Amino acid sequence: MDYLARVEGETSLTIRFRKNQPANVELRIFEPPRFFEGFLRGRSCVEAPDITSRICGICPVAYQMSACAAVEDALGVEVGPEIDALRRLMYAGEWIESHALHVFLLHAPDFLGYPSGLAMAKDHPDPVRAGLRIKKAGNSIVRALGGREIHPINVKVGGFHRAPSRRELGELLPELEWSREHARKSLEWMAGFSFPVLDRDYELVALTGDDYYPLMGGRIASNKGLDLAVSEYDSFFVEEQVERSTALHSTIRGRGAYLCGALARINLGIDRLSPAAAEAARAIGFSVPCKNPFKSLLARMLEIIHSLDTALSIISAYVPPRAASVPVTMRAGTGYGATEAPRGLLYHRYQVSDDGTIEHSKIVPPTSQNQKSIEDDLLELAPRLARMPHSEATALAEHTVRNHDPCISCSTHFLKLDVLHE
Amino acid sequence: MTRRRAKLAVWKFASCDGCQLTLLDCEDELLALAETVNIAFFLEASSETVKGPYDLSLVEGSIATHHDAERIQEIRRASRILVTIGACATAGGVQALRNFRDAGELSRMVYARPEYLDALSTSTPIAAHVPVDFELHGCPIDKRQLLETIAALVSGRPPPVPNVPVCVECKSHRNVCVLVAHGTPCLGPVTRSGCGALCPAFHRGCYGCFGPVTGARTATLEPVLLKLGTAPRDIERLYSTFTVGEPAFREAAERAGKKG
Repeated sequence: MDYLARVEGETSLTIRFRKNQPANVELRIFEPPRFFEGFLRGRSCVEAPDITSRICGICPVAYQMSACAAVEDALGVEVGPEIDALRRLMYAGEWIESHALHVFLLHAPDFLGYPSGLAMAKDHPDPVRAGLRIKKAGNSIVRALGGREIHPINVKVGGFHRAPSRRELGELLPELEWSREHARKSLEWMAGFSFPVLDRDYELVALTGDDYYPLMGGRIASNKGLDLAVSEYDSFFVEEQVERSTALHSTIRGRGAYLCGALARINLGIDRLSPAAAEAARAIGFSVPCKNPFKSLLARMLEIIHSLDTALSIISAYVPPRAASVPVTMRAGTGYGATEAPRGLLYHRYQVSDDGTIEHSKIVPPTSQNQKSIEDDLLELAPRLARMPHSEATALAEHTVRNHDPCISCSTHFLKLDVLHE
Repeated sequence: MTRRRAKLAVWKFASCDGCQLTLLDCEDELLALAETVNIAFFLEASSETVKGPYDLSLVEGSIATHHDAERIQEIRRASRILVTIGACATAGGVQALRNFRDAGELSRMVYARPEYLDALSTSTPIAAHVPVDFELHGCPIDKRQLLETIAALVSGRPPPVPNVPVCVECKSHRNVCVLVAHGTPCLGPVTRSGCGALCPAFHRGCYGCFGPVTGARTATLEPVLLKLGTAPRDIERLYSTFTVGEPAFREAAERAGKKG
């Protein structure tokens, strides 16, 4: 019996050739629209972190942090260095767990020809077990600061509902140290993978500041000279709706596609990696510029080590702040916030009235920013894909999407590849 | 003789993926689980799929498109036991806020070309479309409850998931009552337990993300919240989030809204 035939092909990829030349790539994503920006109107701006975290269960902390940044900008709230450090710690936890999921369970199996991390575990149990343990260490940070891994409950505009005790954070140290050591070993293992050759002329976009590797705060910059304040985002970037996909496509006005995420961050921020991550990069001979999207695997591993380092140093220096949050007073205004979600820049903008009611909001997730570059990657691979047997081509196409976006929201385990010759 | 491993499938509808991610967040149990059950269809984790029928289907997300309204019928037919996981699947999710607004206006707010979309005017729970064997509540669901539910159902036992308010869990954790001690608005008395009473442990009032407990007495809680100085509009908002599609919370929101 043919069960569920229609379920397959929810997401599909079509590559069109004209006169044997790759002409066009269409990645169709059918994520049911949920209209967050619509129903945020009329809500209180202090509800934005909790409501928008429900956009993505894989990076809820990123949504909470970008929402807080934007709302605090609108209200003129400054949280100060202690709360800022706790936010960086929580965000490091999300990077670790989200990257570990991406790298060990979804992306590494592509290089070794397995359909999943679970299947890979049969032949490579040690790296998968290490990956799960690293992921758990990241999640333990999010849980300590947020109560739970998915949709944490402790983040609010102005800071946190409750600051953790020294003991609650100190308990995490042994596993974080174990994870840093084993992340380094895993990186060495992955550096030996065979990486498909692809050198793309990306415009790479990430946050930059003098003090930190891209995460929160600073300006938005690119490797091709873009340099703007977060509040100028809408003058430089534009979102378009395309018929084939519910994810909007974002481009740089007058310039076109760009890429954000781990590969962009490492190219723009490699000199601000933590000592252990910088040493790990040297040990495997990783250097920039690196514009092979398949090597985003290594960039993510380096970011795991960097985040573990960051977490270890924030926890070691931690003294609970006098107050877990700063007072927030409502006022009318527009606020802008951008932070680095694991998969790239996440922009929020809120216009609020004098009692803090949201009048207008705009949210640009990494997926819509990277979608055009993902299609361009596939266009460049199209001649190779067209020569392959269909199953191999589908696997390589999925792998190419997973270089950037691992989750089903972005529907990377798509099952339907069409190669059309016109 | 080894028993045939139960075939598990995980399906996604309109959602954030967080509830199915809960399965991958079981870092200590995941590899053992993959030995115990045959994870036959789980696109978030694997591109390898096994055809149905399935012994146990976990369904995440709400029905929000015409296509999905058809797809859930096929999944029901292919599933021996169908369990909905999370507030989107059990109540329509936060996107059910569209049910109480002009859906056309909402889509025009977000999309330049709403005519490209396949969107229903409502976001509804799975049980509004097909029979559901068990519902696991929460936004997101609780990891421990998920594992217990899978273990129970594949061995033919009823899942050991209690239907009591958050207050019961909160007291067993010896939390200070934020409502009584701090005057913080809290939906704990009317909300289903399962989260571990997290919010009060973080000095915050429960915001109802597990939805109403059976028999939730929201009319009794309302004067308490008003007496604390909570504005009717804020009470309306408090009930209008991740399980707004649950009639008990919707009614409580409307009742408060009329006062504001």
